[in-house]
Order: sequence, then C-alpha cells, then structure tokens
Amino acid sequence: MIPFNFEYYKPKTIEEAVDLFNSLKSAGKKPVYYGGGTEIISMARVHNVHMDAVIDIKGIPECNVHEVKDGELIIGSGVTLTEIAELNFFPLLSLTIKRIADHTVQGKITLGGNLMGPIIYKEASLPLMASNSKVIIAGRNGKRKVLVRDIYDKEKGLNPCEMIVQIVVEDKFLNLPYAHVKRTKNEKIDYPLITIVGLKDEKKISFAFSGICEYPFRSPKMEDVLNNNSISVNKRIKKAITNIPGKILNDLNGSSEYRKFMLHTMLKEALLDFQEVE
Amino acid sequence: MIKIAKATVLNLHINGEYREVLVKPSDTLLYTLRNLLGLTGAKPGCENGDCGACTVLIDNRPIKSCLILTVETIGKRILTIEGLKDVPIQKSFVENWGFQCGYCTSGFLMVCHSLAQIHPNANDHTIEEWLQSNLCRCTGYEEIENAIKSILTGTVRT
Repeated sequence: MIPFNFEYYKPKTIEEAVDLFNSLKSAGKKPVYYGGGTEIISMARVHNVHMDAVIDIKGIPECNVHEVKDGELIIGSGVTLTEIAELNFFPLLSLTIKRIADHTVQGKITLGGNLMGPIIYKEASLPLMASNSKVIIAGRNGKRKVLVRDIYDKEKGLNPCEMIVQIVVEDKFLNLPYAHVKRTKNEKIDYPLITIVGLKDEKKISFAFSGICEYPFRSPKMEDVLNNNSISVNKRIKKAITNIPGKILNDLNGSSEYRKFMLHTMLKEALLDFQEVE
Repeated sequence: MIKIAKATVLNLHINGEYREVLVKPSDTLLYTLRNLLGLTGAKPGCENGDCGACTVLIDNRPIKSCLILTVETIGKRILTIEGLKDVPIQKSFVENWGFQCGYCTSGFLMVCHSLAQIHPNANDHTIEEWLQSNLCRCTGYEEIENAIKSILTGTVRT
C-alpha cells in the first residue's frame, strides 16, 4: 500500500504529456512520468520517492512502437522488457533484459522506465550504449535526439520536464557478436554487483558497464586499452581498471576493491567470449 | 486523456464480470482486490515485487498485483485465483503435492496457468524462467515443477 495519494493522468499524445507536466509543475506540484512504475511503486511504499502526480505514458502511440523500419530498430519507451525479449530484434538487448528482475516483473517494467528510473543500475542501457543508440526526447521545445550514453550527462541529458519517447538502434548493430557477463552478490535474480556487455564490430569491441560507478557508463579510454592487441590480456585489463571514469561503488553489495577484483575476472570472461583470450 | 485526481468509482473487469469499486489513484491492485473487493486469494507477501504471492493475470499475462496501480487496469481483463475454476493446473497441484503451507500457491497457480496457455510446448528453460518469479518458503519447488510438467506431458521438450 502506498501511504500517500497522488493524481493519475494518462495522456494520448506527447504534447499532452509534456504540457501537462509543465502545467502541474507551474502549479507547484511534483509530477513524474510513469512507465511500468515498478520502481516508483516499490519506493513510494517506503517513502523513498514522493510525487503529487503520475503521467502514464503507455497511452501514447509513439511510446508503444516496436519495429525495424528504414534500417533502424525503433522501440517506444513504454514497451515492456518481456515484449522486447520475445520479439528479439536485438539479441544482446534481449539477453541483458532477461537478467533484470524476474520474468513476471519484466512484463511490467518498460524500457523507458529502466533507463530513467530512480535505481542506479539501468542495465537495459548497456547494449544501447555499446551500439551507439540514440534516444528521442520530448520537452517543452519539441523533440531532440541524443546518444543513450549522454542521457545521464548533466548538460546533454534529460532535464526534469523531458520524457523519453523512443530508442533508435541502427540495424547494423543488431546481430553483431556480443558478450554479456553479470555477477550478483548472492542470488541469480538481483541487482548487479557488476554487469558488462560487449559488442564487436570489424574494428573493435565496445564495452558498457553497470554496478561499478553510480551510473552506467561507456569509457573510450577503457575501450582503447581493452582493444590494444599489442599487450597481454591481463595487462590490458589491469590498465583498463585504472581508467574507470568515476568513483567505484563501495557498499554492502561489495567493496570497491572487491568490485575491481571481480571486474578483472569478468572482463577476462568477456574477452574469452570474443576469443581474445587463448 | 484519462484523469483521476481523487477517489473515483471504476468499473473493472474481474473474473469475467464487471465490478464497481471506489479507488484512489495510489491504490495498488493488490490493495483493491483484498481490501475493497474481498478477493483475498492474491496474497500480500513482500509487497515489493519479489515473492510473487500476489500474482494475478492481466490480459492473460502474470502481473504482481503489488506493483500495479488499480487505475492502470482500466479496460483490461483481470483474472485472480477466485476466477480460476477447474483448470488442469489446479488438479495437477493436488496430484503432485504442489503445495505445503499454501501461502504461495495462488501466485504459483496463476503463473503456471498463464505459462500453459501461452507456451503449451514450454521446455525446461522456459519453465524455470517463468517459475523463478515466485518464491516458496516451504521450498516445494520440485513438486511445483512436476505439477506444471504433468500438464504439459507429451509436449515438454528437454
């Protein structure tokens, strides 16, 4: 049971949603865009989030698109993880989201919700970062397109009034060789200690990480080192770890030292998947 | 646009019939079913989406009713354990001793019923994937697995 009340809105167009968000905000209320709502409901129940209104985006047709068209995979922000896994246009994305929560909950979590929810791991973003995918964002000034890896950037990313409409993946990335390595503290179904995905094209392997810092990331410096075939795999990994782009998490799930230790093992496993390790 | 700003009477489609109920926008479906409609088959366990004891079907798909707002179910078909009458999985649970204390049973039955409808040829991997959504603290997993497999007999691929 959620111990406070709020208003519920289900707009039919992007414009309605954005205008509503702004008018509620102007009226001094705190609205939130609402996809699957799993994080919002479970955190509201224990007073970890508070809002005066939820704007359910699942009634907006553009947010429910899921198709490959004109060389691009387009996934609406309101599409559930289950639907993405079942249609399986992008196998690395399917594999990654099948390890988020459990099967029943995957039928409620939406892609947009996983990317922008309050919980830090946002594992669905990893295959999208590795494939240079873009996000179509709508706000008061219309729509704009940014790289998924920039949506967590304070300057380039979403401002609080904006909503994710769709995610766009170029089809050349959909069937590339990939690796997915996830470790949890105890149970198979849990938030990650660390999750790594890798996607290999003819030039290099792109990596994206969750569970190392307070945000998911892709690091050009780490990638350069990991793709440097002139040095041994162990040296590559050690050097990559020194280039982690932020403060390493140090919490009850794992100390920062333990995370570095696990990252070494997991990167080796990922490189093995790509036959970079003999 | 649907706008529900305060407690409102909704006409929900539950177990094959329409039921009128006064709900607040913040009411979860679990709360509405148990406290406002007297349908206590969906059980409150963790109320955090982990245990699956509150699972119901929405348009034939399993959903944890603690993680959905009642207002989200407008226009959808809700099926709770009370609406599951004489389906094969119920008999199979009895025959295979698929329950001990029984608290998790309604959730497991709903997931298994949906799995049998959607994937009548489910293999071991799919069965495991679906059933991992529910917890049984009596740890009767083997019997529950036997129960679902017995209704898929002849079609199960391992």
